[in-house]
Amino acid sequence: MQRFHFSRKQLCIPYGLFLALFVVIPMLLILFYAFTKETDGNLSFSFSNFIGFFTSRAKLSTLLMSITIAIISTALCLLIAYPIAYILARSSFRKKNVLLMIFILPMWINFVLRITALRELLDLIGLLESQNYLNTLIGMVYDFLPFMILPLYTTLEKIDKSYLEAAADLGGNKFTVFTKVTFPLSMPGVISGITMVFMPSMTNYVVSDTLSNFNITILGKLIDEYFTTYDNWHMGSMISIILLLIIFLTMLATGGFKDNEKEARGTNLW
Amino acid sequence: MVKKILSVAICAIVLLFVYAPILLLVVYSFDSSKIINIHEFSFSFELYKQLFRDQKIMQILFNTVWLAFAAAGLSTILGTAGAIGIFYSRKRVAKPLNAVSQIPVINAEIVTAISLALLFSMVALYRTYFSLIVGHMVLCTPFVVLSVLPKLKQMDSNTYEAALDLGASPAQALFKVVIPQIFSGILAGFMLSVTLSLDDYIITAFTKPKTFDTISTYVYNAVKNGTNSSTPALRALSALIFVVMIVILLVINLRARKPANKGA
Repeated sequence: MQRFHFSRKQLCIPYGLFLALFVVIPMLLILFYAFTKETDGNLSFSFSNFIGFFTSRAKLSTLLMSITIAIISTALCLLIAYPIAYILARSSFRKKNVLLMIFILPMWINFVLRITALRELLDLIGLLESQNYLNTLIGMVYDFLPFMILPLYTTLEKIDKSYLEAAADLGGNKFTVFTKVTFPLSMPGVISGITMVFMPSMTNYVVSDTLSNFNITILGKLIDEYFTTYDNWHMGSMISIILLLIIFLTMLATGGFKDNEKEARGTNLW
Repeated sequence: MVKKILSVAICAIVLLFVYAPILLLVVYSFDSSKIINIHEFSFSFELYKQLFRDQKIMQILFNTVWLAFAAAGLSTILGTAGAIGIFYSRKRVAKPLNAVSQIPVINAEIVTAISLALLFSMVALYRTYFSLIVGHMVLCTPFVVLSVLPKLKQMDSNTYEAALDLGASPAQALFKVVIPQIFSGILAGFMLSVTLSLDDYIITAFTKPKTFDTISTYVYNAVKNGTNSSTPALRALSALIFVVMIVILLVINLRARKPANKGA
């Protein structure tokens, strides 16, 4: 028998197996569960979960509300984050990245604790008992704002200042320079920020549960309920497939299929 | 001038929004009343005493930390090896591996969580320490690969060949030449994994053994069951974690922002 020869390429075998076993197969299982149903212990192929989802008024309204919450949260994040990123990127302060750091620092602190802290604050100012929707939106913005600030700052910071000077020299006033030059050039950051915020604000049910006293059900929560409360894993899987479709469509629409999450999640911190 | 004042005002308002909840908990961790009352404040270390005497919370804190370091350590080894393997593989192998590696990064955490629940319940490993560690590794390893790959691309590929020519075995060349050159990426991947694991709720909730809790699952369940107001020591726990994390992050960032580190 030939002696085993070590080569660098072989180092990807364990990771390849790991991905096959714990990423690919589990995703196929979701697909399998979504299109099967169980009757008397027997599994059979079925569209009943799919039909069941789209004929259920409750599920459809959850879907619609979830999307609405995600759109509003994303828009609010963008409206708040853009001025901040713009001011920071333009600041003449020598250590700009320290300023940036102060704004995005909380994203590395356990989010359950931060959201619970926000809950205490909302309770204190009397919003907790009454304003479920408002609180959920505040929570989503609170949790995901750094994920919007970071990509916006990165793109705004990279814009070549001479473009802006050229635009001004050619007679553009400050407003036109912004709308015709700065903003279009910052679009990659806007898109990457949107993809970073939209999906989690449809699925992160810890935020909505904690801040709405478990009164608001978003899509992520619905999946959780079908697995933990109703014990109907087939429907839970189908809702996951529908969620994946929505993610896929938003990414297709925004062209956000890039590995920008690493950047936003902050490898440039450590 | 007006512009400058406006800029500072916008920044100040957003910073207030970001830090107000944190500040509130830190201040009221020194007040032992069960529910925060803005009109009453009596300074004491009572909550901190309660916190350190609470065996259960101490156990949970310990659980959270060992889980984060175990998952991050394993993810770092697997991910570093994976990145090196992907880097030296032919495109036909590297491309699909990279693509699949992106799935957990893009995917919603709840979908990853239930997909693992489906898998592990089939093989009777659902809600075991094994499923918990694997769950966290699925979360962390792709980020290690993403941290290490750029460092491999920056590396001078001749140094490995030179080491072989000078008589090193491939393993020696790997450990003495390649690994030191990509070490900053490996470290970044490890630190990122630790923070991802510490931060996680959803995957933990779907893979953990029934009696095991991390800070995330414990606090979420305390809010769910309404027991959080009867355990004001949680305020001290949060305050402590906020302060420790802020200090660690500031120290790491202000101390050394080497140019080599910046473009990671």
